[in-house]
Amino acid sequence: MSNLVQIAYLISSILFILGIKFLGKTKDARKGNVLSAVGMLLAIVATLVNLNLATFPEMLACVLLGGVIGLYYARKVEMTKIPEMVALFNGFGGLASFAVALSDFFLKSQLIEGLDTVNLISIILSILIGGVTFTGSMVAFLKLDGKVSGQPITFKGQHLINLMLLIVFVVAAVLVFLNPGNPLFIAVLVVIALVLGILTVIPIGGADMPVVISLLNSYSGMAACATGFILNNNVLIVAGSLVGASGIILTQIMCKAMNRSLVNVLLGGFGQTVSGP
Amino acid sequence: MDASALIILIYVLVLASYLGFELITKVPPTLHTPLMSGSNAISGITIVGALIATNELGYSTLSKWLGMLALVLATINVVGGYAVTDRMLKMFKKK
Repeated sequence: MSNLVQIAYLISSILFILGIKFLGKTKDARKGNVLSAVGMLLAIVATLVNLNLATFPEMLACVLLGGVIGLYYARKVEMTKIPEMVALFNGFGGLASFAVALSDFFLKSQLIEGLDTVNLISIILSILIGGVTFTGSMVAFLKLDGKVSGQPITFKGQHLINLMLLIVFVVAAVLVFLNPGNPLFIAVLVVIALVLGILTVIPIGGADMPVVISLLNSYSGMAACATGFILNNNVLIVAGSLVGASGIILTQIMCKAMNRSLVNVLLGGFGQTVSGP
Repeated sequence: MDASALIILIYVLVLASYLGFELITKVPPTLHTPLMSGSNAISGITIVGALIATNELGYSTLSKWLGMLALVLATINVVGGYAVTDRMLKMFKKK
């Protein structure tokens, strides 16, 4: 990668840091958002400069399609429905990291040099975190939008099932290591990650939803960070881990403002414990 | 990836995570949603990964299709995320 691209990535990273910093201050918030948008544009341009652009028409088509959809919904959505919108956008980001990880898996498993340990671990993490972010955000979106009951949906043995799924995930991950050429085990990882996202968000409801969206936002940062390890790319790691870490702090602040602990939120059942008669 | 390259990436991860933890201290409650939405747009940085994935040619068509899917989704996240955050913050100024 050329030095110029690395310098552009460094400037992007600084703009993201300033952006997050300013977004937390009433006076500078709007400026912060603009700074981080400029950082994003710079990172995109630098990436394009570095590629051979053989697929530029495809890229342009994808970016135009995504840009029009994103801008349309960002303009159209009612102000009261913005948390749903953030959940939806966040889910798309998670699914994007998930798709990049799968894309890289199928690409490298066909090359002679193949997949090394770092590749495999980061692909597995990206599938897990990205998948949970995607389906979790979709459930949060559907709940807030009223398409699914906003109340917590709980059933017996819920946490046990989640734990067992996680164990199966780890076993399948080991099997992927042993047989990187077999797509069956990757398919198992994909399915479990998607199911886990649904199961971890359905028991949460009511006033806890914004906290969950904030947590899922943090996850989507971590998924982007894992993607950075797959592609050996600094700007993905910096921006991803900034969002991952600051997202957790924001989640904690939001919990505190509601007198809830994060553990309570994650275990679910807000309406049942607080609403009373 | 060789060990020295990995160690540099881990350095970057650790320092950026620590910075992320320290960056957010006191946020006024009215800014919770815009901050969430603004950092959500930043997590759309995965668009860089999607561009790289879309550009991979000649080995696997599946890889390219997955890259294109990722590119559409990441662009929605980035463009929609920044636009909706700006709309929210514009509202605050008027009040």
